[in-house]
Amino acid sequence: MSDGLLTLQGINKIYNETSRHPVQAVSDLNLNVAAGEIVALLGSSGCGKTSTLRMIAGFEAVTSGEVLIKGRPVHGLHPAKRNVAMAFEGYSLYPPLSVAENIAFALKSERLDKTEIKAKVAEIAHLLEISDILERSPGSISGGQQQRVSLARALIRKADLHLLDEPMGQLEPQLRALLRGRIKHFIKQRGLTAILVTHDQTEANALADRIAVMEGGFLQQYDTPEHLKDRPANLFTGTFIGEPPMNVFPAQAEVADDLVKLHLEEGVSLSFPAGAFSPPLKDRLLLEKQFMMGVRPHAVKISETGQPAEVFANQWLGDQTHIAARFAGKTIVSVRHDRAHHAPGENIGIELDASDLHLFHSDTGAAFSHGGGVE
Amino acid sequence: MDHMSPLERILRAIALALVVLFFMFPIFWIVLMSLQTNETILRSPPSMAFVPTFKNYAAIIAGRLDSNVASMSIHFMGNLMNSVILSVGSVALALVLGVPAAYAFARHKFKGSEDIAFTLLSFRFAPPLLVLLPLTLYFQSLGLANTYVGLIWVYQLICLPLILWIVRGYFEDISPDIEHAYRIAGHGWFATFRKIALPLAGPGIAAAGLLAFIFAWNNFVFALVLASADKQPVTVGALAFVTASGIQYGQIAAAIVMSIAPTLLLALWAQKYLVEGLSLGAVKG
Repeated sequence: MSDGLLTLQGINKIYNETSRHPVQAVSDLNLNVAAGEIVALLGSSGCGKTSTLRMIAGFEAVTSGEVLIKGRPVHGLHPAKRNVAMAFEGYSLYPPLSVAENIAFALKSERLDKTEIKAKVAEIAHLLEISDILERSPGSISGGQQQRVSLARALIRKADLHLLDEPMGQLEPQLRALLRGRIKHFIKQRGLTAILVTHDQTEANALADRIAVMEGGFLQQYDTPEHLKDRPANLFTGTFIGEPPMNVFPAQAEVADDLVKLHLEEGVSLSFPAGAFSPPLKDRLLLEKQFMMGVRPHAVKISETGQPAEVFANQWLGDQTHIAARFAGKTIVSVRHDRAHHAPGENIGIELDASDLHLFHSDTGAAFSHGGGVE
Repeated sequence: MDHMSPLERILRAIALALVVLFFMFPIFWIVLMSLQTNETILRSPPSMAFVPTFKNYAAIIAGRLDSNVASMSIHFMGNLMNSVILSVGSVALALVLGVPAAYAFARHKFKGSEDIAFTLLSFRFAPPLLVLLPLTLYFQSLGLANTYVGLIWVYQLICLPLILWIVRGYFEDISPDIEHAYRIAGHGWFATFRKIALPLAGPGIAAAGLLAFIFAWNNFVFALVLASADKQPVTVGALAFVTASGIQYGQIAAAIVMSIAPTLLLALWAQKYLVEGLSLGAVKG
């Protein structure tokens, strides 16, 4: 796996290592990024994603492990020697310089002549909708504009790797949607390799070829957006990815010749035709006494013949309805793309397809089945 | 300020005038004194009516102190020169040593960094006299007593902690990512320090330098103990006006006016940098 553009091998980061309260921010991280790929580090605050990015850039030293860029070990090198570009979350624009100068100073080391620099700055400014503020000073523009200048300063460079730390956190939603497309096109067209850090799944899904989901310093899953959604590796990724989050129920299985029954709590049990589960899964279910059953809200169907549930909330979000109901001792959320009128207190029936079920080991949280097959 | 009624405006002007009068009166009175003879100064009751004379200034510049009993030579101009050499020299040295040190303390947390920074500050805790007596013995055996080098060295006790701690705060206020952004574009740490950190902390460095200059200029006790007549600054030199035949108020006043002039001019010139320092907040974020 060392043929990629960036390879992280066994990275550990411990802050305050020698003090009485060491903090392990990143644990045994292995990651491989291919040339021309866009990878997102996705996770909630404190999951280690920004620490990882700063170790790649060289602003934080690795406690142990190796960082290789194009096969060259760089973890001992200064940031200046790593040939990476970075957009900072805090923008970090240089206040005495104008916006145009701020963007151009990233090009200083490339020894271009003035007209070339001007053309490049104009091009990137046009892309990021900041052409009209090029002569302003960083102090006089808004946070969203500063963020775009910072992004321009990183993208304009010719570097092996572009690191983007929360590149669109401060932008208005409409602009964010517009720029996502443009930035992705820009990166792909030039064959750049980029790593972005974000806590926004939409951004990660829209921009990235692969997403590294991190939690508690550990890499939970590194996969394409499609796989993260359809084949979550464990309970954490399953519930973290997707909005609203996956419904999860503790379950026990009863396997008969023609029928598979999943017993949930409070006497609720779901019956599925035996053909819906593959033979290896049925063997596996005989072994697993207790496991977790997950189903995405989009796959929860409401019908009169289904298992009984009682609605307690109904939210219309303008383009979809979220219906929350009491089901098997827990809350189940169903997403409908029409305006469903189920009032709180109403009894409904819940129907689930075997092909929509994700089954997780109850101790380790590791997934062992998606949609009736075995992992 | 635009929303003030005329009454508020007038009250504000009066209040400001009172404050200015309160702070400026001693200086104003000394300027008046410096333009009078000892006789008119000591009149009772005091009066503002007198014929201004520049005899006091002339005496100081000429280096001859004439009283009604005797005439003696003073070298106040030499003292003034010493003050300039000592203050400029020690502030320059303190800036050269203190600014990089402040940067290191602000940016790099190394083992014992806080202890070292605190030790440097603790120089200011001890009463100077406590340090001075043993220091005099050392300086005499080292041949540093009564030299500019020795005095400038001792003046670091005043200037270095001041500059170190003030400038460190300014460096800490600059987001490290501004420097990171410059470094990742292919520049080394020294270029980053020189091109990014120093200019951004410039107003803070100017303010700290000015403050250190004033403290060094006004120092009395170090120079009193460690310097003999030819190396003494104005603060010590002013003692010469207390003569056997009485205190020469007119000359003292003239000497004071001449000795506060450099610091006053420096402060007025540095004012714009100090104001810039206050608007540095735009860097954050």
